[in-house]
Amino acid sequence: MKNIAQIVCEHPFFHGLDGEFCDLVCGCARNVRFNPGDYLFHEGGDADYLYLIRYGQVTLEIAVPGKPSVRFQTLHDGDLVGVSWVLPPYHWAYDARAITLTRAIAMDARCLRKKCDDDPVLGYDVLKRVLPILTSRLHATQMQILDVYGAPEQPE
Amino acid sequence: MDNVDDSSVITREGLQCLLDALAERGYTVVGPTVRDEAIVYEELARIEALPAGWTDEQDGGHYRLKRRSDEALFGYAVGPHSWKRFLHPPKVSLWQATRHENELRFVPARDEPPRYAFIGVRACELAAIGIQDRVLMGDEYADPHYRSRREEAFLVALNCSEAGGTCFCDSMATGPDVKEGYDLVLTELLDDDNHLFLIRSGSEEGAEILAELPREPATETHQAAATAVVEKTRSQMGRSMPQIAIPALLMDNLEHPRWDEVADRCLSCSNCTMVCPTCFCTTVEDTSDLEGVTAERSRRWDSCFTSDFSYIHGGSVRNSTRSRYRQWMTHKLATWVDQFGTSGCVGCGRCITWCPVGIDITEEVRAIHDDVSSRDKE
Amino acid sequence: MSGDLMIPEPVRVLRRQQELATTWTLELESGPAGHRPFLPGQFNMLYIFGVGEVPISLSGDAGQTETLSHTVRAVGPVSNKLAALKPMDTVGLRGPFGVGWPMTAGEGADLLIVAGGLGLAPLRPAIYHVLRHRERYGRVILLYGTRSPDDILYAGQLEEWSKRPDVEVHITVDHAGGDWPGKIGVVPSLVPALDFDPEDAVAMVCGPEIMMRFTVNALRDAGVEDESIYLSMERNMKCALGHCGHCQFGSTFVCKDGPVLSFDRVRGLLSLKEF
Repeated sequence: MKNIAQIVCEHPFFHGLDGEFCDLVCGCARNVRFNPGDYLFHEGGDADYLYLIRYGQVTLEIAVPGKPSVRFQTLHDGDLVGVSWVLPPYHWAYDARAITLTRAIAMDARCLRKKCDDDPVLGYDVLKRVLPILTSRLHATQMQILDVYGAPEQPE
Repeated sequence: MDNVDDSSVITREGLQCLLDALAERGYTVVGPTVRDEAIVYEELARIEALPAGWTDEQDGGHYRLKRRSDEALFGYAVGPHSWKRFLHPPKVSLWQATRHENELRFVPARDEPPRYAFIGVRACELAAIGIQDRVLMGDEYADPHYRSRREEAFLVALNCSEAGGTCFCDSMATGPDVKEGYDLVLTELLDDDNHLFLIRSGSEEGAEILAELPREPATETHQAAATAVVEKTRSQMGRSMPQIAIPALLMDNLEHPRWDEVADRCLSCSNCTMVCPTCFCTTVEDTSDLEGVTAERSRRWDSCFTSDFSYIHGGSVRNSTRSRYRQWMTHKLATWVDQFGTSGCVGCGRCITWCPVGIDITEEVRAIHDDVSSRDKE
Repeated sequence: MSGDLMIPEPVRVLRRQQELATTWTLELESGPAGHRPFLPGQFNMLYIFGVGEVPISLSGDAGQTETLSHTVRAVGPVSNKLAALKPMDTVGLRGPFGVGWPMTAGEGADLLIVAGGLGLAPLRPAIYHVLRHRERYGRVILLYGTRSPDDILYAGQLEEWSKRPDVEVHITVDHAGGDWPGKIGVVPSLVPALDFDPEDAVAMVCGPEIMMRFTVNALRDAGVEDESIYLSMERNMKCALGHCGHCQFGSTFVCKDGPVLSFDRVRGLLSLKEF
């Protein structure tokens, strides 16, 4: 059986992280499990944890009054769930819900932030891992807004 | 054929004999004539229909006929027409369809085109015909409508004795002297005492017809006079295309601010594409009778300056005048070379003359070039 | 080729099948000659009596020549009429035209087949071809993105293909309701997680132009060579012979040099506004 340090450092999010740093961040990590339908977090809640999916599928969604929630992204093995923990005021901007049995690493965000603040080299490394996820989500959102597969507005 | 030099001189009467000989062989003879204050190409039977004693004054957005001090028959540059209106007509019926119950039948439009003989095909126009040959019959998809007209056409070429104010064939290396691709070639020799035409064949049929004409062998004096005519014309070019690598210049500067400037002047009227002897774009029109029994499809000239031209479901790809002018000019001068091996411009100057606001393709190239090279120096 | 390629041939509709809310697949007879071979990625010009003619990709199996399938979305005057045709109705057909997918150039390589929305239709003949000659290709990865679970084209077939051990199928949608068990997100974001060798991959991409642009970016970021990325372009077409000029795109006529073009031929132009 793998220990938590192995699991954390082998997760794609932390892939290649310096060994010492790895030991540092592992101190913030624990294994968690979500059943289908369980919420990882809710919109507006405190971003106290971030989740690294090891196995399973999580959907990000926004509740719409009088309608089913709008689901705008699914996350899978190897993905990071949640980015609001990086910057103040550390509040979630959407709901995250497991749609299959999901096993993940939960990282205590306060703990991780403190370690990043204490060692800016680690902080910069972590930030460089989060930023590409943010930008790719931004690009994906742009493409979704464009509704590229929608029916043309004007006929041929 | 090339090794037979049957250079001769003929008189005005000899020229009439040429028209007669062509008509006798079943050709529909087409040549320049004056109509609506312009020199256009129409069917001719008599040399009296030629624009004797006329010339033209051409500049950006400017065309006027003027009297000459002599009776030259070909003493002007090209007008608004080009031979493409005969080889690649403005409108062609492609086929008719009939519907009976669920049966559809397609019947080719049986329009047997005339066999044309063109009188006075300038060097730039021969180059333009060569270009359209490559576009419309250069591969396995040859257009039968173009090919049937083109293959039957008899070309009486003409070495230019007059360059217009918008001519720049010399800088496009297409003229003013005729090099190849003709059946007969004329040079008008006119002085105080004589009005002659130096004539030489470039094909077997041309040689046969020339042999039938009343003629005298050409002397060295005639040859020298003809060379002088062409060299004088070469020195009179009203415009010139910058001698630079234009395709790279344009394709490297597709976002140059000059495109915005020219778009401010361009009316997107499509005149340039209509008068251009190489522009070949067409669209199709479908019509049907009210009973829904017969339908027809025809093809007519189209222009990349129209909004419908680039329409795909959802809208036009090129909505702005800027993008349409850029499309036209980059195709003409740059991507045409990739597609067909030569520039799409022959330097005839029609697009400059017939542009209502006088946009000058040579000036547009020069403006981008000058700006880019001045920035390179900084 | 010979004859007048502008004259259509009358062909009968054999079957019509609804695929999506506004999308149908027409199965046409292959012409009175009964034989009109085509290559995956090619298209035909379909004519509706008195209304007009539109280019429509062949979406069926090129390995059989009895019938010709075209998947049509009803968006305009011609396609609305096409989509409403009934068996035994007659349409005018010209084709096939154009250069298709790199089925030969892709042999021995891993294939990334990336489709968006109705862009799966022109790629389906390529998929049929690959499955018919499965041993000629390495990994076969099919990425499909569309608007919502209701907009998944050929859903049954995608399901079948995903069951095969020798095809990797990834489907993603832009938006979904609560009952969708699959992925939500855009196609390009599937690329980084694929774990493939970009040096040894050939990508075939078809979908809305924006989707293709974003997908090409993701493929290039993953290390796929421009020469190994193929796109099926769409432009206005009237003749399909390179004569009418409408589909001219840079140094190509989309109708006869394409519709499938390798990215290095359109690089720099695809993202240029209004080119």
